[in-house]
Amino acid sequence: MINLLSDLLDIPVYALNAGLSAVILGIVSGALGSFIVLRKMSLMGDALSHAVLPGVALSYILGINILLGASLFGLLAAILIQFITSRSNIKSDTSIGIILSSFFALGIVLITFARSGLDLTHILFGNILAVPQSELTQSFIIMLVVIAIITLLYKELLISSFDPVVAKAYGLKTGFYHYLLMMLLSVVTVSSLSQVGIVLVIAMLVIPAATSYLWTKTLFHMIMLASAVGAVSGIAGVIVSFRYNLPTSATIVLVGMALFAVSFILSPKNNFLGKGLKTR
Amino acid sequence: MIEIKDLNVDYFGNPVLESIDLNIPLGYSVGIIGPNGAGKSTFIKALLEVVKKRSGSVNINGTDISGWKRRIAYVPQKNDIDLSFPITVRNTVLTGTYPGLKLFRRPGKKEQEIAERCMAMVDIGDLANRQISNLSGGQLQRVFIARALAQQAEVFFLDEPFVGIDLVSETIIVKLLKQLRAEGKTILIVHHDLHEVEDYFDKIIILNKKLIAFGDVGDTFTTGNIRRAYGASLGNVIIRGAGGEAHD
Repeated sequence: MINLLSDLLDIPVYALNAGLSAVILGIVSGALGSFIVLRKMSLMGDALSHAVLPGVALSYILGINILLGASLFGLLAAILIQFITSRSNIKSDTSIGIILSSFFALGIVLITFARSGLDLTHILFGNILAVPQSELTQSFIIMLVVIAIITLLYKELLISSFDPVVAKAYGLKTGFYHYLLMMLLSVVTVSSLSQVGIVLVIAMLVIPAATSYLWTKTLFHMIMLASAVGAVSGIAGVIVSFRYNLPTSATIVLVGMALFAVSFILSPKNNFLGKGLKTR
Repeated sequence: MIEIKDLNVDYFGNPVLESIDLNIPLGYSVGIIGPNGAGKSTFIKALLEVVKKRSGSVNINGTDISGWKRRIAYVPQKNDIDLSFPITVRNTVLTGTYPGLKLFRRPGKKEQEIAERCMAMVDIGDLANRQISNLSGGQLQRVFIARALAQQAEVFFLDEPFVGIDLVSETIIVKLLKQLRAEGKTILIVHHDLHEVEDYFDKIIILNKKLIAFGDVGDTFTTGNIRRAYGASLGNVIIRGAGGEAHD
C-alpha cells in the first residue's frame, strides 16, 4: 500500500514512511501527553522514556520483542520511583533523577554488549530515514491500542487525573491507572525510537499537550488539539528537515516549540498580551 | 450506624489520630470540630481510606466501609482540587455520576439530566459552560456540592465547606444540607470554627488527636469540652493567662 501511495504521490518510500510515522507519533503522543501534562508528570515521563533503554538493549541481546523489554523496564522504573518516594523522605523529583540516570547508564552499558547490531546514536536520537515497513505497522497498531484504551477508560482516566482524592474515596483504584499510563508511556517511547529517539520523546509528549492546554477548556478538546499539533509538528518537522538537510528529531521538536511559543503569546486563556499591557 | 473501632493514623511515624472508638448513628447531621492540627480532615480521609490507617476498622451497618464507598459522597477542601484542570462546571458536576457507572460506561442522557438538576439546586445553571478556574470561592463550593448531589449518595462527608465562601453561597448550601438531612441522609461535616454549631448540627464530634467528646449538640457543645479540646493546642499562653482556671 505504501508503495502504491509512493508511486501515486511521487514521493520516495523512505520519505513517505518518515512522514507517516511522524504523524502517527504526533497523534499518539499528543493524546497520551495530555494526561502526562495534566497529572504534572512531565519529569516522570522524561524518566520513563530514558529508563526503557536497558529494556531495548536486553530485548536485542535476548532476541525478544522490544516492546516487552521496554515496557518491563518502564514499569520497573515507575515502581522503583514510587518505592523510593514512599519509603523515605526523599522527594519524588530526586528519586526520578536517581532512577532516570541509573537506568539510562545501565542501558548504555548493556548496549556495548550488543554493539554489533545496535546503534546507540539511532536509539538516542532516532533515524527517520530508515523506518522499516514493519516498524511503521507496529507504530500504527500501538496508536490504535492507545486510543482504544483512552476511549474505553476515559471516565476513569479523567477523574483520577482531575481529582484523585475523590476518585480514591469512591473506591477507584487510582494506582492502577497510574501504572497503566506509565506502561503506555513506555510503549509509546518504543514506537518513537525511529522518529525522535529516547532523548527527545518527552518533547513530543509535553509540547503539543502544553500548546493545546493554552487553547482549550475541556479535556476532550485538549486531547484532540494536542494530537493535531503533534501530527502537524511531525509532518512539518520531517519536510523542513528533508529540505534543509537538518536532523529530523530536533527539527520536529523545534517546530513544536515554535507552535507553543506562538500559542503562549496569542492564547486568550494565557492572556500574555493582556498581562503585558497591564504591567506597562 | 457508622462503627469506628480503635482507629489509629500515623503521619511519618507521628500519631495524628489515636485509638478512636465511635458509633455514629445514621440519619443525622454531625459536626466534627477541634483545633487546627487536631486531625479532623485526616479523620474523614481515614474513614474513606484516602489516608492509610495504622490500625482500626470502619463498618457501616455491619458492612466494611469499602462496600459503601459508592454511596458516600465526599467534598474535599477546595485547595485539594486542581482548579487549573481543563474542565467546565457542567462536566465537573457530571463526574459526580461516575461512581454509579460501571467500568467502560460513559455518562448518558440520564446522567446529564441529573447534573442539570443538581446545578439548578445550588443555582449555578448559568455557569454551566464556565471553566472552574474562573469561579469565586462560593461558586466553586456550590459546584462541588452539586457534584456530591449528583452522586445520589446516602452519606455525605464534607471538609470545611464554609471556608472562604460568600453569604449567599453559605445560605444555599446550608438550606440544601438541611433538606438532605430531612430526607434521612447522613451528613458529616468538618467545621472550621465554633460558629453556628448549634444551628447546623444535631450531634458533634470533638476531636484533638483523640476523641474528646461525642453526643447531641445540647449536651456536648459545652465550655468544658471545648476547653479540653482547644486548651492544650492553644498552648501555654491561654493557660497561663487564665491562671488557675485552666481546668474544669
